Amino acid sequence: MDLIIILQAGVASGTVLLFATIGEIFTERSGVLNLGIEGMMLVGAMTSFSITLKTGNPWLGVVAAMAAAGLISQIHAFITVTLQADQVVSGLSVSFLGTGLSLVLGEGLSKAGTVSLLPSFSIPYLSQIPLLGPVFFTKQSVLVYIGYLVFPLCWYFINKTRPGMHLRAVGEYPAAADALGINVYRLRYLYVFVGGMFSGVAGATISLAVSPGWFSELTTAGQGWIAVGLVIFAQWNPLRAAVGSYVFGALRRLILDIQGPLLLFGLPNPFYYNPYYGFFLQMIPYAFTIIVLILGSREAMRKRMGAPAALGLPYIRGQRGL
Amino acid sequence: MELVNEQTQKKVVVSMRGIVKKFPGVLANDAVDFELIEGEVHALLGENGAGKSTLMNILAGLYRPEAGTISIRGKAVSFNSPKDAIQAGIGMVHQHFMLVPSQSVTENILLGLDEPRFRLRLREYEQKVVELGERFGLHVDPRAKVWQLSVGEQQRVEILKMLYRGAQVLIMDEPTAVLAPTEIEDLFKTLHSMAAEDQSIIFISHKLQEVLEISDRVTVLRRGKVTASGIPLINTTRAELARLMVDREVLFRLEKKAVEAGDKVLEVQDIRAENDRGLPALREMSLNVRAGEIVGLAGVAGNGQRELAEVITGLRKITGGKILVHGEDLTNKPVKTGIRRGISHIPEDRTHVGTAGNLSITDNTIMKNYNQPPIGQRWVVNAVLANKYAEDLQKAYDIVVPSIKTPVRLLSGGNLQRVILAREISSQPSLLVAVQPTRGLDVGAIEGVQRLLLAQREAGAAILLISEELEELLSLSDRIYVIYEGKIMGEVLDGDIEKIGMMMTGTPMKDIEARGSK
Repeated sequence: MDLIIILQAGVASGTVLLFATIGEIFTERSGVLNLGIEGMMLVGAMTSFSITLKTGNPWLGVVAAMAAAGLISQIHAFITVTLQADQVVSGLSVSFLGTGLSLVLGEGLSKAGTVSLLPSFSIPYLSQIPLLGPVFFTKQSVLVYIGYLVFPLCWYFINKTRPGMHLRAVGEYPAAADALGINVYRLRYLYVFVGGMFSGVAGATISLAVSPGWFSELTTAGQGWIAVGLVIFAQWNPLRAAVGSYVFGALRRLILDIQGPLLLFGLPNPFYYNPYYGFFLQMIPYAFTIIVLILGSREAMRKRMGAPAALGLPYIRGQRGL
Repeated sequence: MELVNEQTQKKVVVSMRGIVKKFPGVLANDAVDFELIEGEVHALLGENGAGKSTLMNILAGLYRPEAGTISIRGKAVSFNSPKDAIQAGIGMVHQHFMLVPSQSVTENILLGLDEPRFRLRLREYEQKVVELGERFGLHVDPRAKVWQLSVGEQQRVEILKMLYRGAQVLIMDEPTAVLAPTEIEDLFKTLHSMAAEDQSIIFISHKLQEVLEISDRVTVLRRGKVTASGIPLINTTRAELARLMVDREVLFRLEKKAVEAGDKVLEVQDIRAENDRGLPALREMSLNVRAGEIVGLAGVAGNGQRELAEVITGLRKITGGKILVHGEDLTNKPVKTGIRRGISHIPEDRTHVGTAGNLSITDNTIMKNYNQPPIGQRWVVNAVLANKYAEDLQKAYDIVVPSIKTPVRLLSGGNLQRVILAREISSQPSLLVAVQPTRGLDVGAIEGVQRLLLAQREAGAAILLISEELEELLSLSDRIYVIYEGKIMGEVLDGDIEKIGMMMTGTPMKDIEARGSK
């Protein structure tokens, strides 16, 4: 069990969480909670895999994943923004819809064999840095490197640009934005779509890079739900989202790898000899998600953590108190 | 072609003719004419529901009129959205501020504009905001987040927002309702300096004294019709204006009978509590209220008044100290226990805390006794009795609605407050906590509410009146406490405004006395 290798794989695995979490941050910052990430990720993973299989071009697969997951997200936008229905209920149904769709359409894909994957490479010079080099810049997929660029850019976009300011306003106090001529509905559709596209990329990151292939719902194995928790943990900030995603990615790898060796620190490995201990370990990230969600649903706690004030509330023009 | 006002020979900026606006069941504006000239402060006076806000929301592009024309500097216009109105130079500062609390002052001012294109370059724009503020005496830190600002500062941001967009006409909807006396003075200075630069200001208000103080001309509305159109305020008295507003004489000083104060009903001892953000809101404060007296709590908004009311009524936990009602320890007891012990609450937030918007008047009035006989019989609610009860209250408290089945979110502010009062007072409370009971109400309604409070005092209830209206506190209260940053600065028995003012800005009573004796 080599720590460097675990961390290296953890960063790759964390990139999946990173894309999904950043996408959900965009959506939630506009005031819409989309719990359908898991479903959208599965749609993305299935679409990218099957398109790559057909065309042989993994980049086409990524684009198709973004389009497909973005499309699914617009169902959620229509139900919650236009019809003003409950965002939790709609998000859950989108998750089920995405899961079901990808299982049906992905039937047989698991036996399809190998596809051409997105390129992996090392970055010259940067990979020479001790410790950081091998973990972050050696033999990583191109999507991992894109991830390094994406999260600071997203932070910059949200906090330092005019469209980002409008996004924050729409999620905090839509009536104020509306009074100044900002189209609240249009922006919410847009950022639900952006969130969908990121979920699609997250799905493609799994099936074309991190753990290539299509393994039906085990492809994502609940990482969409972990992303929902990470958004709260990250306090809706892309920089904190990156920290959380990579730490969680590493934790996931560690939990998988710790069950492999016969000896652990010179002693018999309990996780190898008793698989139930392994199940317990595997449960930890999901248990964490549940705890974060419970904490995050408390009104006072949300205020303290800086949740978008209008998160979860449909915007109805002219209604008092919104 | 630019129009000119005949009397003053000044340019007409806004001319509204024959404006008609209907809402379901109400004719809010009935052929209203309104004219605004350059460089004036024009007051729009009227009771709640008289149609002032409706008229101005039409001018600001929020509503579309059914009939009538609007022209700006002689050009006919038709606004589809507030953005159109802002482009025509008309900006409205709403009663509820339209500011994003988590964003900075500068960000709020830039919101919705096309400049800057992409990168915010806040430093550059902060400078512009400061310059604009200096020109009109609107001082506010451009980098501060809006939630950190006082209400007065937030209002300045709203005004700056409109000025930054090049507004020539500024509509202020009840701007003084939320301000402390010194802030009102600053606001008036700003408005005068704006008028001196040929900006025009429309000042919506029901406070006669202020209208007389600030405005050049006044238009009075009563039930959707104009009763006085653009009359100059020189030589007009308060009584005349009041008559134009309500078409009956209004008593400005209510008769207060002498009542002997009884036992201590409420005792608050050294309590501490936190606000929603987890910061200390009440710091070891103590006060008491006796039966048969009204005790006022004066202070600038946001100094812990809301938290105190919530703590006493059981809506907020305290982290230290004790609350006794009739000698019984009610510290951190559930709201229900308080209700059973005779605590009534008239909350500041009528639409969220005081009522349930989608429920009918019946449901809202029986909220405290639905589970008690005769209305509640074991697990059923006797609908016939409940409706009868609500109808009786509707008559007794003069709630004007088509039916008691109407959802209360459709009621005007005054009627909504009467629904709350009906529920809270009909339970014959021994302790009544009233927070801003007359805020936003018109003169007629204010008088009604104040009479009800005095009647409760005579009936022997202990009343804690939390208000930012000094005039109201002085005329109703037997004693006045002053709160500042969650602490009681002192107690005033003789209604000395000067002392209250000093304590409101943070000078404790003992310092004032020490200075006085020197």
